[in-house]
Amino acid sequence: MTEAVEQLRASVIAGKVGARLQRRYAAEKRFRVYGVAAIAIALSFLAVLLVSIIAQGYSAFVQTEVRLTLDLDPAVIDPDGKRDHATLSSADYATVIRNALLARFPDADDRVGRRELSHMMSQGAELEVRKLVLADPSVIGSRREMWLPVAAPVDQLIKGNMERAPDKGGQFKERELARIDALKADGSLQTRFNRWLFTEGDSRQPELAGLWGAVVGSFYSLLVTLALSFPLGVATAVYLEEFASRSRWTDVIEVNINNLAAVPSIVFGLLGLEIFLNLFELPRSSPLVGGLVLTLVSLPTIIIAARVALKAVPPWIREAALGLGASRLQMVAHHVLPLAMPGILTGTIIGMARAVGESAPLLMIGMVAFIVDVPATPMDPATALPVQVYLWAASPERAFIERTSAAIIVLLCFLAVMNATAIYLRKRFERRW
Amino acid sequence: MIRKTLVAAAVAAVALSGTAHARDQIRIVGSSTVYPFATAVAEQFGKTSGFKTPVVESTGSGGGLKLFCAGADENSPDITNASRRIEPSEVAACAANGVKDITEVVIGYDGIVAANSVHGPKFKLTKAQLFKAAAKTVPVDGKLVANPYTKWSDIDPSLPKEDILLYIPAPNHGTRDAWNELVMDPACDAFPEVKALDKAAKKAVCNTLREDGAEVDVSENYTVTLQKMISQPAAVGVTTFSYLDQNGDKIQAATVDGEVPTYDNIASGKYPVSRPLFFYVKKSHVGVIPGIKEYIAEFTSDKAWGKTGYLAEKGLITLPDDKRKSEAANAKNLGNLKL
Repeated sequence: MTEAVEQLRASVIAGKVGARLQRRYAAEKRFRVYGVAAIAIALSFLAVLLVSIIAQGYSAFVQTEVRLTLDLDPAVIDPDGKRDHATLSSADYATVIRNALLARFPDADDRVGRRELSHMMSQGAELEVRKLVLADPSVIGSRREMWLPVAAPVDQLIKGNMERAPDKGGQFKERELARIDALKADGSLQTRFNRWLFTEGDSRQPELAGLWGAVVGSFYSLLVTLALSFPLGVATAVYLEEFASRSRWTDVIEVNINNLAAVPSIVFGLLGLEIFLNLFELPRSSPLVGGLVLTLVSLPTIIIAARVALKAVPPWIREAALGLGASRLQMVAHHVLPLAMPGILTGTIIGMARAVGESAPLLMIGMVAFIVDVPATPMDPATALPVQVYLWAASPERAFIERTSAAIIVLLCFLAVMNATAIYLRKRFERRW
Repeated sequence: MIRKTLVAAAVAAVALSGTAHARDQIRIVGSSTVYPFATAVAEQFGKTSGFKTPVVESTGSGGGLKLFCAGADENSPDITNASRRIEPSEVAACAANGVKDITEVVIGYDGIVAANSVHGPKFKLTKAQLFKAAAKTVPVDGKLVANPYTKWSDIDPSLPKEDILLYIPAPNHGTRDAWNELVMDPACDAFPEVKALDKAAKKAVCNTLREDGAEVDVSENYTVTLQKMISQPAAVGVTTFSYLDQNGDKIQAATVDGEVPTYDNIASGKYPVSRPLFFYVKKSHVGVIPGIKEYIAEFTSDKAWGKTGYLAEKGLITLPDDKRKSEAANAKNLGNLKL
């Protein structure tokens, strides 16, 4: 018996069926290879992107600072001895800093030398000293050791982003290089954490430019977007899914929502310009208008995700609720909506992530602008993170190259956190039926 | 759905707009070439004056003037920057919208440079050679023909034996207008074949760039031009002096008619491709929007636009002393624009 089976098998394998089987196995194998290759290519692109951005941007998270012993001379800061706020806030701190540098390099005490020393320091150094004196005027007259930021060209030289030799485009003369080397040799010139990047608004001085204004602007825009698009989106989805009877009108609406999800976002920007700025005369460049435009961008995504989540709630939940005498509203509010909420939240977060990465619609409503002051309310002019990336990328100063990459890293971190939250919510609360 | 959204958004907008207050912050629009200078002044002004830091948008010279002339109400910008002079048609458009009194301030000069990577060959060019490299039709042996040159050495044997590849700002840049006016037109007008043509035909020959791939319009900012130059060492890009100044270790400038574009050569007028930069002030906003007078004073102070001021460090070519004095006086008195 078994012999007969064996014989049959052998003949089958050798025969036509076997050949076909072989082909099918081979086809499946090839298909798998294609799949793996596609994933490998996608991953390698991602790796190239991340590596190039991080390699270019990591150095922006530190900033070169110099240790100086400042003589807070009352004769320079406050010659009249009044110690009032106006005098102290407009005092000549540049001279205080230059005197400290002159004490270190007495040979530079001529007109050219003094200018060279001033060029070494960032304007931020003066602001730091001013902050110290304003916070506690009793420091006047004492000597203080402080770490102060240097100017962007010195910073770039220390980070190796600029050639040393003047004939190759370096911006420093021989003796300036000698001074920088001397400071570096005795540990007075170090790269330290770039706190300006996370506490300041935009600036034309690369070493003082920060992302905080853009982060706050993005935050306010998202707040407005969330406050509008979440209730609107959920209400729309619930009505269409649970209350509306299927008719030609609901079909038309459904097609339109799906189309809107694919509309290029710049179109929403134009709409925002016409309606919110020209018709309602809302303040240009404000996160309020940005949020309104981003609401339009993210709303279709949220509606579609919410409808899918509502559809995934099995019909017997509804039937059971109605069977026990619940009204339709009670059925939706007490049972269907809570069960669909994880999916809706996931969709909302993904919609928000799309909104936070948008810059094109903001161009039309004036949020692509040089704005130094950190916005205090959603009515103040502000930029957003992707806009800041664009603005820095367009700046001629080379120190903005690394800062552009740093801004991209921060933006990517935001997106990663938002998407991770979405995945966590889905994993944590999702129910399988 | 969209209607519902709009209605809801509109309700929210109207509810919130009740809290809108009179603008207390200067708004500036205009040229991307002036943008680095205007933002530097705006920042300095915000840090030292006690007024809010002005908001500066980079919209291009033409776009800026359009916004500026759109109306005299508070929603329109107070100041616009330009890398070319306002045109009579724009003055008329302004007047039609109620913007009648405008003050013009010349802030300095900007050099337009043709540059390539430091790893590429050195170029010594003339305006005529640049024209022959970039134009769509060129005069050859008494006739106007489609541009036959593919290598620089085809134009002149002394030039490098490299394929011609030019990156020139697209017509949305004020720089393109200046490029046409300062390089293409004078070089083109000098050919006897062109002299015979009428005005419209002349303009078509002189200002139409080739479309066979040897010239590429860059409509984005100069960073894109810079990256193209770095990645293609023989490619010549047209950019502004401040980019050359900041990236001297990456790109080298071609000489034009034997002159090197250095700070001094542009300031003295020796380097032939330079143009004045402007800003325009809406006089009806002075005294309404706080700080405009003070902003103008900051811009026209010696520590900003003087020979050793901070704008010079950003690459602005400063005006000669007497011109600076007269411009500052005119700006202070808000003198009316005279075309």
